Amino acid sequence: DTWISTQKKIHSQLSLPVYPLQENRQFGSKMTDSKYFTTTKKGEIFELKAELNSDKKEKKKEAVKKVIASMTVGKDVSALFPDVVNCMQTDNLELKKLVYLYLMNYAKSQPDMAIMAVNTFVKDCEDPNPLIRALAVRTMGCIRVDKITEYLCEPLRKCLKDEDPYVRKTAAVCVAKLHDINAQLVEDQGFLDTLKDLISDSNPMVVANAVAALSEIAESHPNSNLLDLNPQTINKLLTALNECTEWGQIFILDCLANYTPRDDRESQSICERVTPRLSHANSAVVLSAVKVLMKFMEMLPKDLDYYGTLLKKLAPPLVTLLSAEPELQYVALRNINLIVQRRPEILKHEMKVFFVKYNDPIYVKLEKLDIMIRLASQANIAQVLAELKEYATEVDVDFVRKAVRAIGRCAIKVEQSAERCVSTLLDLIQTKVNYVVQEAIVVIKDIFRKYPNKYESVIATLCENLDSLDEPEARAAMIWIVGEYAERIDNADELLESFLEGFHDESTQVQLQLLTAIVKLFLKKPTETQELVQQVLSLATQDSDNPDLRDRGYIYWRLLSTDPVAAKEVVLAEKPLISEETDLIEPTLLEELICHIGTLASVYHKPPSAFVEGSRGVQHKRLPGSAGSGESVESPDPGAAATETPPAVIPSQGDLLGDLLNLDLTPTTTTGPPPPTTSGMQMGAMDLLSGGLDSLMGDESEPLGGDIGGNPAMGAAFGAAPATMPASFNAPGSGGLDDLFDLGGGVGMPMGALNPPKAVWLPAMKAKGLEISGVFVRRAGVIQMEMTLTNKAMSVMTDFAIQFNRNSFGLAPAGPLQILTPLSPNQSIEPLNNLQVAVKNNIDVFYFSCQYPISMLFVEDGKMERQVFLATWKDIPNDNESQFQIKDCHLNSDAASNKLQSSNIFTIAKRTVEGQDMLYQSMKLTNGIWVLAELRVQAGNPNYTVSSISLKCRAPEVSQCVFQNYEAVLKN
Amino acid sequence: MTGSCKVLICRNYKGDVDMAEIDRFLPLLMQHEEEGLLCPVLSHGKVHFMWIKHSNLYLVSTTNKNSNASLVYSFLYKIVEVFTEYFKELEEESIQDNFVVVYELLDELMDFGFPQTTDSKILQEYITQEGAKLEVGKSKVPTTVTNAVSWRSEGIKYKKNEVFIDVIESINVLVNANGSVMSSDIVGSIKLKTMLSGMPELRLGLNDRVLFGLTGRDKGKTVVMEDVKFHQCVRLSRFDSDRTISFIPPDGESELMSYRINTHVKPLIWIESVIEKFSHSRVEIMVKAKGQFKKQSVANNVEVRVPVPSDADSPKFKTSTGQAKYVPEKNMVVWTIKSFPGGKEFLMRAHFGLPSVENNELEGKPPVTVKFEIPYFTVSGIQVRYMKIIEKSGYQALPWVRYITQSGDYQLRTNV
Repeated sequence: DTWISTQKKIHSQLSLPVYPLQENRQFGSKMTDSKYFTTTKKGEIFELKAELNSDKKEKKKEAVKKVIASMTVGKDVSALFPDVVNCMQTDNLELKKLVYLYLMNYAKSQPDMAIMAVNTFVKDCEDPNPLIRALAVRTMGCIRVDKITEYLCEPLRKCLKDEDPYVRKTAAVCVAKLHDINAQLVEDQGFLDTLKDLISDSNPMVVANAVAALSEIAESHPNSNLLDLNPQTINKLLTALNECTEWGQIFILDCLANYTPRDDRESQSICERVTPRLSHANSAVVLSAVKVLMKFMEMLPKDLDYYGTLLKKLAPPLVTLLSAEPELQYVALRNINLIVQRRPEILKHEMKVFFVKYNDPIYVKLEKLDIMIRLASQANIAQVLAELKEYATEVDVDFVRKAVRAIGRCAIKVEQSAERCVSTLLDLIQTKVNYVVQEAIVVIKDIFRKYPNKYESVIATLCENLDSLDEPEARAAMIWIVGEYAERIDNADELLESFLEGFHDESTQVQLQLLTAIVKLFLKKPTETQELVQQVLSLATQDSDNPDLRDRGYIYWRLLSTDPVAAKEVVLAEKPLISEETDLIEPTLLEELICHIGTLASVYHKPPSAFVEGSRGVQHKRLPGSAGSGESVESPDPGAAATETPPAVIPSQGDLLGDLLNLDLTPTTTTGPPPPTTSGMQMGAMDLLSGGLDSLMGDESEPLGGDIGGNPAMGAAFGAAPATMPASFNAPGSGGLDDLFDLGGGVGMPMGALNPPKAVWLPAMKAKGLEISGVFVRRAGVIQMEMTLTNKAMSVMTDFAIQFNRNSFGLAPAGPLQILTPLSPNQSIEPLNNLQVAVKNNIDVFYFSCQYPISMLFVEDGKMERQVFLATWKDIPNDNESQFQIKDCHLNSDAASNKLQSSNIFTIAKRTVEGQDMLYQSMKLTNGIWVLAELRVQAGNPNYTVSSISLKCRAPEVSQCVFQNYEAVLKN
Repeated sequence: MTGSCKVLICRNYKGDVDMAEIDRFLPLLMQHEEEGLLCPVLSHGKVHFMWIKHSNLYLVSTTNKNSNASLVYSFLYKIVEVFTEYFKELEEESIQDNFVVVYELLDELMDFGFPQTTDSKILQEYITQEGAKLEVGKSKVPTTVTNAVSWRSEGIKYKKNEVFIDVIESINVLVNANGSVMSSDIVGSIKLKTMLSGMPELRLGLNDRVLFGLTGRDKGKTVVMEDVKFHQCVRLSRFDSDRTISFIPPDGESELMSYRINTHVKPLIWIESVIEKFSHSRVEIMVKAKGQFKKQSVANNVEVRVPVPSDADSPKFKTSTGQAKYVPEKNMVVWTIKSFPGGKEFLMRAHFGLPSVENNELEGKPPVTVKFEIPYFTVSGIQVRYMKIIEKSGYQALPWVRYITQSGDYQLRTNV
């Protein structure tokens, strides 16, 4: 054992420079390769040909170097193929490598000649020198010529069993290469099994490469069950993990991340063996380890001590990633953004490491800012605000804007800080820096939404800056504020009038806001502003060709002229508060992205299917544990599979989203005979839609409907198809810029009937310009899904088609509705009445989901016989009974009964007990499920506000929905 | 690629991305740069470009899969490291001068998109500039390529067996304009220069004050390492179980471990600056620097860099020690103090003229930055207690150790 000497001694030793330079660093200052790049004279190819065929070895080598140099600068030297291949037989390793390099580049363009090289390859694969054997098998795999691959099989088989691990690890990768060229061949030759055997190889590098190759192959064959991971193989991988190179560790960790442990104990033991990797110097190893831990942690019980330990262990390595190179920092930050959304507790004390440094690259600054807001809490808000204020005075415009926006987000997120945030924003407005002022006004609008009637004192300051606002978003925000608080702003009318002058030059956003604001003003101060409101209504309806603006204008106009009191209720209705957290990633996507930590998907915050070609069919990754519900959905539903349902509409495998993604949405449009519309064919309505629209869009440019304002639904029923899809299309490009096509005149639809308002189901920004809003209604015994499809893009959309994903009540477009789909259990995450829809046009397929009121499913013959009711009530076990309270219901039992009847809830009997009316009711769902109800209403006391209800049903899952429907009907 | 995006050398590992796609890179880069939204990942259609810049070169990788992005960037930086080891400088010329070796290296570093052997010391054993002449049976795969010990070759011999240990601590500090320390930490690194024969087993012992994070005993005058990162050679599972740092060292220079310490440290050199800007006439700068470390220690090569407006002119300086110099291309005054003893305080005043017609461009608020090094001393108090060296031949070996503390990212925000 040797012990450290004293410091004094050390320094006397170290005063001399002790580190000599390595000799082999001083490459070729005299003789460099650059000379090969200089010859560009005529007849070069000819000369090279002669040199390549020279007898002198040195000359040959020089010539090959020249050829490679030409290749490197992009010259075509493929004409020299036979001559170069002739040089392949050499004992000079450098020359051999160059020839191989040449082959990789040109073999594809000269497949016939490439065969010439095969013999040498086969021979080299048996060379006594393992370097040559490996080189040959490595290069052969890179020659992507079909004809060569069959010759490759025998050498590859030998190399996979080679005595030298260097050759074996190279051969393992070669299997993946070969699979990429000819998958069938690889399977037929049994290479996959050999590759699986290599997982048990004694050499860790071979194991790592085998794992990498298998993972790569499995990725392109998601169903092949190639990586048949079980506790034994996992154990082998974990052993190799300790011994292989940093890259091998990444392959193994990424592979482990695909495994789902059987129980929490296995999960914990894997985590314990993976955590040491968090101390690896390579950031990529750390991130891959974090991925495994984040995934397996899901399975650990939260009260487990180890769970807490693991959480604590994750924070330091994540923080250290921020000292890596900027690009790696960026990847780390994008991933931390996901991690703090999934498990905020990990980094909640680490706020200050995300403070922005002056010399951080802009992409790092913006990401840090985002994470700062996510971590902001009452405990650290003072520090955060001080920082944000600092950033807001920087010079980089994008960064400054984001900083100002961040202050607003803090105000909304941390209520205690709101006041401080508002005053900070006011300070920033005082700087008069144009974009700072505008950004501040936009966020103050949001703060008003969150805390109404609290900070209105600042309005005066805001109004002072009215003139400097030139961005639509800021103008719209300011106008909204003036309209919303019109009663407190003395000169609100003047302010709004000033915007009105250039009405037609404003962007739509501002125009819409101005219209609404002036209507609000009128409703608040009707006497002085009559002229103003008339002016804006006429600007919006008569002088504008923007359909949204016109529609809104007409709606207000009608509303104001028919019933000003109702108008007031509608326009000045209380608005819902905005939510605290914005920009949150939708939970299922977040789960998927957590499974992809470290990859491009985690950087883009998009699922791989969104940017990788051919990955549509690939299963979306889910976190374990929480994915329990997903698994139960996956189990094929025997009822659905057996019924008459065409498989194209209700696939029997894969998770729900997966189903949608796999659907073939090609409409049967122009080819073949037009399908009969009344034959009950599943796709009838859709065919009509897609076929009919093309022609309509092409030659019409005037509104067909004409009856603007009469019926906001503007529906059109197509033929006799049970599900109608009224649609209005706005197709720029044909005729005027913003021509509105109002399709159909509402055939078979009671015009002016009470129609619930449509909700936006698919915003345009998510669907490349296609906006879909809709509503469900039940009319004359038919469920109708009314949709408005609006083209907000620049080009015409065609080839529309629609499909529904498998859903609880078997809704399908224009199909027979009596599909008996038993309710599968455990669908609690998604509401039962959730409908996943896919709409396709010429651009892409878009997916969205919407909820339909369950009352739509109540059929007209839902009235049970008294005797049957009694028997059924007794027959249904008490476990299936649910009790609910309905508050604030002011109806007596008769009124309630009438109201309910209109939505197909039938009263069978009524009795009065101790001043309480008991109504016995029944309803039947489209799929044959009966729901029985006992509704208790306090008789004789219309002011008594609580009723209660018991629901009994063989499928108790629906009870919640039914109750909500009761509540909705009775309170309406 | 060169700075103007001319491809110098390329290698298509998987054949799934057309090599012509690289032509999209420059326009994409320019577009993002113009919009001020530069990003390390750019994409065009289904092709994604992940790139880094080294001196005047772009290293770009293309993919059309959901690749492991952190692996790609780590690998790109590894390439820079390997090429620099081989060619001393990685630049346009060194690539052209050595294109044959570059091709060979690219072939060995990665196969079908999977990084393979990336340790330059090992690579240098079988990929050499001269082009090894093949004599059957002589040229062999170094066992290191596939060994569990993939970082050290067998048969290394030294006449005198020595190992040099450098403990280097960098102080990162961010101080707000009002003088409060926003964040500070220590990033430490233990570097080795190993000149030992054979296959030695080493064990490093640190002083008791150093506790590694999560032992839960962080009381009193202990230093808690927040996060420790080790070289591939350190047995991580052993460290995880009993905190022993045991390893077979790579030959020559290497970084054995790095650590981060979060404890609040007093900024070793404290700067107070007053920058007064009188529009259209002048800027007056007063900087006070104070050494807040032990009197026995001395900070060497101290540089205090103070930002000045880009349109400032006619500088005048006054310093109590050292020299101040105006560096107009960086818009700063650099005040250099060769030797700065602990506990001392120095002053610098600067005066600049400003043009009467003012620069309209908005300028950022660059911070004051400080550079220094203090030898024979670590802020954290970490010390090497022992280094056990055991080799089967039983030779005696000498470990040497030295300590140095230096500035890392050391920023003090200003109010102008």
